[in-house]
Amino acid sequence: MKKDIILAGVGGQGILTIATILGHAALKRGWQLKQAEVHGMSQRGGDVQSHLRLSDKEIHSDLITMGDADMILSVEPMEALRYLPYLAADGWIITNSKPFVNIPNYPEPEAVYSQIRKAEKHLLFDADQIAKDLKASRAMNIVVLGAAIKHLGFSADEIEASIKAIFTSKGEAVVEANLRALQAGIALS
Amino acid sequence: MEKLMLLGDEALAQGALDAGISGFYGYPGTPSTEIIEFVQRSKQAITDNVHRTWSSNEKTAMESALGMSYAGKRAMVTMKHVGLNVAADPFMNSALTGAHGGLLITVADDPSMHSSQNEQDSRFYGHFAMIPVLEPSNQQECYDMAFYGFELSEKYHIPVMIRLTTRLSHSRSGVTRRARLEQNKLNKPEDLFQFMLLPAVARRKYKNLIAMQENYVEESTNSPFNEFHLEATDYSKGIITTGLAYNYLREVYGDSPIPYPMIKVCQYPPPMGKIHELYNKCDSLYFFEEGMPVLEELCKGPGFNGIKPMHGRLDGTLDRDGELNPNKVAVALGMPAKFGTEIPDIVVGRPPALCVGCPHIDSYIALNEAIKEYGRGHVFSDIGCYTLGFMPPYNAINSCVDMGASITMAKGAADSGLFPAIAVIGDSTFAHSGMTGLMDCIYDKTNIVVVILDNSTTGMTGGQDYTAFGRLEEICLGLGVEKEHIRTFFPFVKNHAEMTQIYKEEIAYEGVSVVIPRRECVQTLKKKFKREA
Repeated sequence: MKKDIILAGVGGQGILTIATILGHAALKRGWQLKQAEVHGMSQRGGDVQSHLRLSDKEIHSDLITMGDADMILSVEPMEALRYLPYLAADGWIITNSKPFVNIPNYPEPEAVYSQIRKAEKHLLFDADQIAKDLKASRAMNIVVLGAAIKHLGFSADEIEASIKAIFTSKGEAVVEANLRALQAGIALS
Repeated sequence: MEKLMLLGDEALAQGALDAGISGFYGYPGTPSTEIIEFVQRSKQAITDNVHRTWSSNEKTAMESALGMSYAGKRAMVTMKHVGLNVAADPFMNSALTGAHGGLLITVADDPSMHSSQNEQDSRFYGHFAMIPVLEPSNQQECYDMAFYGFELSEKYHIPVMIRLTTRLSHSRSGVTRRARLEQNKLNKPEDLFQFMLLPAVARRKYKNLIAMQENYVEESTNSPFNEFHLEATDYSKGIITTGLAYNYLREVYGDSPIPYPMIKVCQYPPPMGKIHELYNKCDSLYFFEEGMPVLEELCKGPGFNGIKPMHGRLDGTLDRDGELNPNKVAVALGMPAKFGTEIPDIVVGRPPALCVGCPHIDSYIALNEAIKEYGRGHVFSDIGCYTLGFMPPYNAINSCVDMGASITMAKGAADSGLFPAIAVIGDSTFAHSGMTGLMDCIYDKTNIVVVILDNSTTGMTGGQDYTAFGRLEEICLGLGVEKEHIRTFFPFVKNHAEMTQIYKEEIAYEGVSVVIPRRECVQTLKKKFKREA
């Protein structure tokens, strides 16, 4: 079993937290992982991505091969499209639909959505709104994660255990908010 | 032993801690910053009293690490590739003095310039200085090479370079730890001539360095990190791969064996004997190197008859610039190009930008207003978050070359008669390399305005401390700037008129002025609030 996931977003939107949770769950299974991150200049409001590779066998490359990714998991809709060259023909696009507009020439959201809908397998939803309705605005990224886990072959129990382990130092309320966000995400899948 | 999930940078740091290091020295620079950041968070480093504070720049860091090695203890200096240009003087000479306590010089290169102004390959510097270089291909090797590097350094009394690249520095994977070594005890070099590079001594030292090259080649020929697979099924191609590129090669073949003979080089000077053997066996050679074509160029030299085709970055089989990836390696080997789908045209670039609420924004808007009457082209800057002031809508600066060049380039332009000549430098960059340039201006009474943007941190690399924190006015005074021409203000929208006025007054003053807009970086402020909450 091998899962190659491109995590996409804008600096500061929390894609590394998604990577940490999935990585934690994979390690619990005794899997190996490689996770290439972006640090430095691009984090200042630029586009960021992380290549997350999970496998029950040895992983060689830190980067995913173009055309091989099982999934693009994005917290921003236009950013999901930036990594289409990586997506396998039968790969998933799972993305937040809420645009993060910090540039003057951001395209029409509808034009972005219609490009996402061209992928045979896709999920497109307003994770910002869902998280807000749950009174867990900062857990938008976990809603996106929740929508993805079934398609990555992880159970809700596995991911819940990882969320608890990772957020426990931040207090009960933070753990609960993230678990609610996870469930809302799972319901979308 | 336990398995840790570590970035390449962190794995190297943990390896050095476990291998009995006594001190890290460095200046932040992507992709090397996380090495010392990791050490600063490490309980082990605190308990063992390992030196871990930041240095003013890469040169002071390199010299401090050399001094620790003089005193018999193990030390590491860390920097990004362009930092080695700053540290080049002590670096080159450390090859002649050699090391006493183990000395590792860690340089993180940034091919593809994710966060840099060039993509120079530090292996050239290693070759230039004639010292051994280690180039890990994965996180476990980062960890193991700290042990191995110190051992090699102490065996031959020579500094050893560790060359990292972005994708390894910033990629995480599992690392297994080893039993820890004790730190060395304080002990002075037995030979008190060792660090004394007077010409008569230096000539002897250089001859010795040249003589030692054979030993270093022998070490790399027997290195546990180099691999020689000279038997294969297909000799039409022979492959030479280094560091990270080795992983891409393995990735391309997946579960199937590589049909061609192959050499993996992770320790230099390169094992040339083995490379000749490969050359003689195969019909052609392929070079996969992350960075510049270092080995590829070496194989144009003696011992290669130039008849067999060689493929790599020099003949266009691979792009001459930029980092490698599995796709590029596959195509170079004649496999079909894999690709998902094209990026739709509606996707636009999202370049990095100054953060919402960044103090530099207010400083730049006021500066633009103050110099409007002179037109564009008067503002010299350099390296930091403030370089993003180049981007629209600010378009506020006109140069970025190297750390500290803002002040000295503005000086040269002022000497040529450009008026006004304005330098914009960050507070940490000023501590790094701004002071000497300012002293030149004082000495010459240059007509210049130096703006030191004080956000009280090293911002671009994520908010590290720096050595001149809280003492900028004192330093400027001490260097000889007149008190009434050191002006500070709080950069904020509301203060726009005051800021513009101050800039105008100091432009009007014929001489050296320093203007210090001071407001904390919004990112470090956010972190502080989070910690307090």
